[in-house]
Amino acid sequence: MTKKKETKKIVFESEKDVPTMPMSLGSMLFNKTGSWRNIRPEIKVENCIRCGICWKFCPDMSIEIENELPVIDYDYCKGCGICAAECPAKCIIMVEERK
Amino acid sequence: MKKVIMGNHALSYGAMLARSQVIAAYPITPQTQVVELLSEMCADGTLNAKFIKVESEHSAMAACLGASLAGARTFTATSAQGLALMHEMLHWASGGRMPVVMGNINRSMAPGWSIWSDQNDSLSQRDTGWMQYYCASNQEVVDTVIQAFKVSEALAIPSMVILDAFALSHTYEVVDIPDQAKVDSFLPSFKPPFRLTPDDPHAFGGLTGPENYFELRYKLQKDMEKAPALIEETGREYERIFGRYLGLVEEYRSDDAEIILITSGTAGYTARVAVDMMRQKGVKVGNLRIKTFRPFPFDHCRRILTKAAKVAVVDRNISYGHHGIFAQEVKSALYGTASKVPVFSFIAGLGGRDITPSSFQEVVNYTLRHDKPEDDILWIGVKR
Repeated sequence: MTKKKETKKIVFESEKDVPTMPMSLGSMLFNKTGSWRNIRPEIKVENCIRCGICWKFCPDMSIEIENELPVIDYDYCKGCGICAAECPAKCIIMVEERK
Repeated sequence: MKKVIMGNHALSYGAMLARSQVIAAYPITPQTQVVELLSEMCADGTLNAKFIKVESEHSAMAACLGASLAGARTFTATSAQGLALMHEMLHWASGGRMPVVMGNINRSMAPGWSIWSDQNDSLSQRDTGWMQYYCASNQEVVDTVIQAFKVSEALAIPSMVILDAFALSHTYEVVDIPDQAKVDSFLPSFKPPFRLTPDDPHAFGGLTGPENYFELRYKLQKDMEKAPALIEETGREYERIFGRYLGLVEEYRSDDAEIILITSGTAGYTARVAVDMMRQKGVKVGNLRIKTFRPFPFDHCRRILTKAAKVAVVDRNISYGHHGIFAQEVKSALYGTASKVPVFSFIAGLGGRDITPSSFQEVVNYTLRHDKPEDDILWIGVKR
């Protein structure tokens, strides 16, 4: 379900093109942190109460709400488990990553 | 309007007149009154700013950075151990190009536990990419804070406004408090080119690989190189409105001086007393007070010091394994010039021991008697 973002790596040709502040360098498009994960969150959507708390708490913004339901972006989710700990409906469980 | 205020409150008034919008700070002796007065100003509506209470100096600076990124003019103040705890965030401020202005009261680093003045706290932050102004009077503190905001926001580089513990922080002096309307015309509101806003979302400070990082640092240095001229230009603009000029250095009877005493902070004004005393005895001595440590006034040092026969730097700080830190910079300034003027590195007043006119007389007498220093460090006032 993850969105595929096709883009080129940003490498500035000259310092003149580099923004003064280190901003919007697009580096995270190529630094997918999902491989760091040891345990993965899985959502039992049928029990979800659509409160949005998992979306709000995810420190890596790896949960998006689609059609009012949370969807995990496994390209970036590091498996911290905060969403599972915070879910009031207990519909997110952490399972062993197998790969 | 003239008021009799302490140095710490001079910082508060500067931050108030600059219309700081967010202040986040943690109290530490001898800085406490700076933010105490600012919190009162926020509470009674004198200052329309958000005062954020935090649990440490690290968090204080972190809160300032978030606010600065959101486009707020931001002020904090600290001292010694607090400044050291902020160290990581100081790099974030300069690397992220956030023009925070901070007061730092020079307090000696523990241990032994000390609340008294020396400069090792701020000079330990030399390479964090902050501008550093060392003040010698309460009037200068108010004026410097206002100008520091202007320079910092133009260059997107943060500034530290530094004053000695107790000798300035708790000393009451007459200060001409600048008129708010005139300050507003001198210092318009802060308008960063980019900020945290949902209207134009950006990620700030994210992962930056070797392919781009180097250029960010190159640009920081290039902008820092603009600081000496901009500080002087800003100082002249301020002088036109308020009648007081602050630049990178302040000279006192140095024109025909054979010996030039180099000082920073309040010791600079003590040195003037000693200069007058020595001049009465016929000794041609003058004073160069260095106001900005970063950017360092290399050009001024070259121009002024190469005319002298001897240079005596009095440092209230030390780089262990070398010598006084301002003395390092002065020697560095003279390298490559034709001048062979000897630089004497004196260290005095560590841990808040008083630097008095007689300390400077001892410095001048030693410098008169010797063609060159007998040692890398010449200690003033150590009980040996």
